[in-house]
Amino acid sequence: MYGLGILKGLSVTLKHFILTFVDDAKRGKGRYRSPQGIAYKQSTELSGLFTVEYPEEKLPVPEEFRYIPFLVYEEEDGEKKLRCTSCGICSKVCPPQCIYIVRTVDPETGKPVPTPAEFCIDVDICMNCGLCAEYCPFDAIKMDHDYEIASFDRMKHHVFDISRLAKPVSYYASIRPKNYKTEEDARAAKAAAKQGTASA
Amino acid sequence: MSDQSAVVGTVTEVFPDWFSPDSRPGYAGYIVPSERMREAAGYLKNRKHFDMLTSVTSADYFPEDRIEMVYHFRRSTGGEPLRIKCFLSRVESQIDSLVDVFPGAELQEREVWDLMGVRFTGHPDLRRILTWEGFAGHPLRKDWKEPFFEDEIKPYKSRWPEGKFIRAEEKNPLGDNLCFPPGFDPESWVPDKDEILYKSMTRVAKAGEDGMDSDTIIVNLGPQHPSTHGVFRMVARLDGETVVDLKPVMGYLHRNHEKIGERNTFLGNMPFTDRLDYICSMSNNFAYALAVEKLLNIAPPERAEYIRVIMAELTRIVNHLVANGFLMNDLGAFFTPVLYSLEEREFILDFFEAASGSRMMCNYYRFGGVVRDLDENMMSMLKAILERLPRKMDELEKYLIGSEIVRIRSEGVGILTPEAAIANSATGPLLRASGVPYDLRRADPYSIYDRFDFDVCVRYHGDIYDRFMLRIDEIRQSIRILKQAVRDMPSGPVLTGKPQYQVRVPAGEAYGRVEGPKGELGFYLVSNGKTNPARYHVRAPTFINLTSLAGMSRGNKVADVVTILGSIDIVLGEVDR
Repeated sequence: MYGLGILKGLSVTLKHFILTFVDDAKRGKGRYRSPQGIAYKQSTELSGLFTVEYPEEKLPVPEEFRYIPFLVYEEEDGEKKLRCTSCGICSKVCPPQCIYIVRTVDPETGKPVPTPAEFCIDVDICMNCGLCAEYCPFDAIKMDHDYEIASFDRMKHHVFDISRLAKPVSYYASIRPKNYKTEEDARAAKAAAKQGTASA
Repeated sequence: MSDQSAVVGTVTEVFPDWFSPDSRPGYAGYIVPSERMREAAGYLKNRKHFDMLTSVTSADYFPEDRIEMVYHFRRSTGGEPLRIKCFLSRVESQIDSLVDVFPGAELQEREVWDLMGVRFTGHPDLRRILTWEGFAGHPLRKDWKEPFFEDEIKPYKSRWPEGKFIRAEEKNPLGDNLCFPPGFDPESWVPDKDEILYKSMTRVAKAGEDGMDSDTIIVNLGPQHPSTHGVFRMVARLDGETVVDLKPVMGYLHRNHEKIGERNTFLGNMPFTDRLDYICSMSNNFAYALAVEKLLNIAPPERAEYIRVIMAELTRIVNHLVANGFLMNDLGAFFTPVLYSLEEREFILDFFEAASGSRMMCNYYRFGGVVRDLDENMMSMLKAILERLPRKMDELEKYLIGSEIVRIRSEGVGILTPEAAIANSATGPLLRASGVPYDLRRADPYSIYDRFDFDVCVRYHGDIYDRFMLRIDEIRQSIRILKQAVRDMPSGPVLTGKPQYQVRVPAGEAYGRVEGPKGELGFYLVSNGKTNPARYHVRAPTFINLTSLAGMSRGNKVADVVTILGSIDIVLGEVDR
C-alpha cells in the first residue's frame, strides 16, 4: 500500500518521542541537571532525549581533553617557580607559531638564565593541537581544561602572558591526575637512579 | 611500485623515447617528454588499461628552472598507481591538457594552472579555480610570498629566544602587503568575469512545443546557502526547471593549505591535516602519516596498526552517518534523521575525545604510531559502542529506506554510469555506488587491512538512493572490521622510536593514500632532506568527485541538484583547501 513506508518510518519517530517520556518517568528528576543524568547521557544505554542543556548542564571532559596551554609552576615557600626553562622547544614545535618566549639573560654575566622573562601565547592563533605539551621535556607546559574563555575585546584579552598562563602544580594534578602520577613516578625513579649512581 | 617495470617495460622497448625511468634516489616512476604526454596517457589508457587518472599535480624545483608535472594513473581493477612525470620550464610552462583523454583531469588541471601557473593547451575552461581573478601570481611557486610573509620555513626565528610579541597586523598594516596583477586596479574593478563563466556554459536556444522560443536562465545556487554544505556555489543554466548545464564554483574557503604545509615542519602539518575534512580528521592523519612513513621508511608497531584501523573505521562510520543524515535534510526530512545520526556520532566523538583530547581535530597519529595508547576503560567504551551501533543502524534503515518520499526523490536521480565515474576519476562511495567495486583497502591494501574479513560494498544503479544505501552497507562492514580489530588487538608499544619534535626526512618523494570515507585521500610529498616538505600536495577526494557533478545534474530538476550534491558528500574544508 502506498504510504505504508512513511507510516513505518514515522513509527520510529513516535517511538523516540514516547521513549523520552517513558525514560523521564522512569528516571525521575535525576535525569536532568545532575551528575548521574549526565553520566547516563554519555552511556550507550541511553534512550530518549539526549540533548545536554548547556550551560546548565556540562559534559565532563576526559583527562586528555586539550585546550589553550598553561604554564605549570611549583610553590616553594610561598614563591612561584615556573618549571619552564625557556628552552624554546614548544615555540619551535608549535605549528601556527603562536608561542613567543624571551629568555632571561643575567645582566652581569650576559649568560642565559633558565627561566623565561616573557612568555606569550596568542590564543587567537593557537590551534589547540597539544604538541607543545607533548614535546616539553620539563613537563612545564600543559594543556588546560578550561574552555570558557570568551571575551569582548580580542586586542586586549587574547594574548596570554605569564600572569595569565601560570597555574599551580596542584591545579595540574587536579585536572590530569593520571598523567601527573605517571610523570611524578618517572621523576622519582629518575631521582632514585641518580642517587644510586651518586652513592655508588 | 613493483609491477610497473613489467607494465611499462614493453613500452620502453617499443617507444624508447617515451618512457624513461626516474632514477633519482628516492624517486620512482617514469619520465615522459612533455610533448609526448597526451599520447602516452592515451596509450596507457587504451593499451595498458590504466583507466583512472587519480591525481594530477605539480612540484616546483626552484631555484632550478624546472616544474614537474606528476600524474598518478590507476587501474580500476586494482593495483599500485603508476607515476608519470613531465619536466617543464618555469618560464614557459605549458603542456597538453589531458581532459579529452581523462575528463577527470578538468578540475585538477585548473588547480595546477591556478596555483602553479602551468598552462594546459586544449583545456576547455582554463580559469582560476581556487583563488580569485584579482590574484597576483601563482602561489605554489617557490618564489611567491604571501602577505605577512616572515620566513621560508618554520620555526620562525622571531619566536625564541627574543620572542617579543608583535601582532602580525601591526607589523604589516593592511594595504602594504596586498599586490595585484599588472594592470589590475581593485578600485575600478567590476567583477565582470562571471559573464565569461555564464557564456562558457552550453547555450541551448530551443523552440518550445508550441513553437515559441524559450530562453534559458542562469541561476546561482550558493555560495551562501545551507543546501550547499558550506560556501560552495553552483551556476546552473535552467530551461524551465530542468538543468541544461551546471558549473561548480569554489574557492571561497581557500587558504592554500599546501603552501602553509610547505612552510611547516613535517610534524607541524599533522594538526593542519585535521582541518581538511573536518568530519574525518583521523583518516586525514592516517594518509599523511603513511606518506611520511614511506619517506622515513619506518613501520608502526602492531598495536598501533590496530589502533589506527579502529580509528579510521570509526571515522568512516561518523562520516557516513553525517553524510546520510544531511542528505535526508536536503531531501526535506528536516533534521530528524540528522539528529538520530548525530546521537550515534556523539558516542564515537566521546571516544575520540578520550583517546586524543579533541572531538574533531584529533591530531592523534604520529610518524611510526599513534600518540597514546587506549586503556581498558576505552576498550570497554568501544565495545559498548559496537554493541549499540548495529541496533541503531537497523532502526535508521527502518526509518528511512521504506519511505516512499525518499525512494521517489532518490531512485533514478543523479545517475552516474560506471564508465563516467571511472573517466571522471571518482573514488569512494560515489564510484562504488556506480557498480565499480573499487576500494583501496582491497585494491591496493595499506596498513593491515589485508588481515580483516570484510566485503567491498557495491551497488549498481549509480543513483542517489544507491549512494545512500552504500553508505549504510559500509557502516555495517566497518563494524565488522572493528569487531575483528578489537578481538585481535595485541598489546605492546604504540610508537616506534623516540618521540621527536623535529623529524629529518630523507630526500625523495612519496604518495601515501588511504580509502578515506569520501574516496581516495592521498598526500604527495617531496622532501629535500630538510625538516619541512619541499612539496606537499593533498589529493582531496571530494574536490575531484565534483568533476562528476555537472554530468549527474544535466537533465534533472533544479530541486534535485541539491540532493545530488548532498549525495556526493562534500566538505568544503577539503574541496577548497
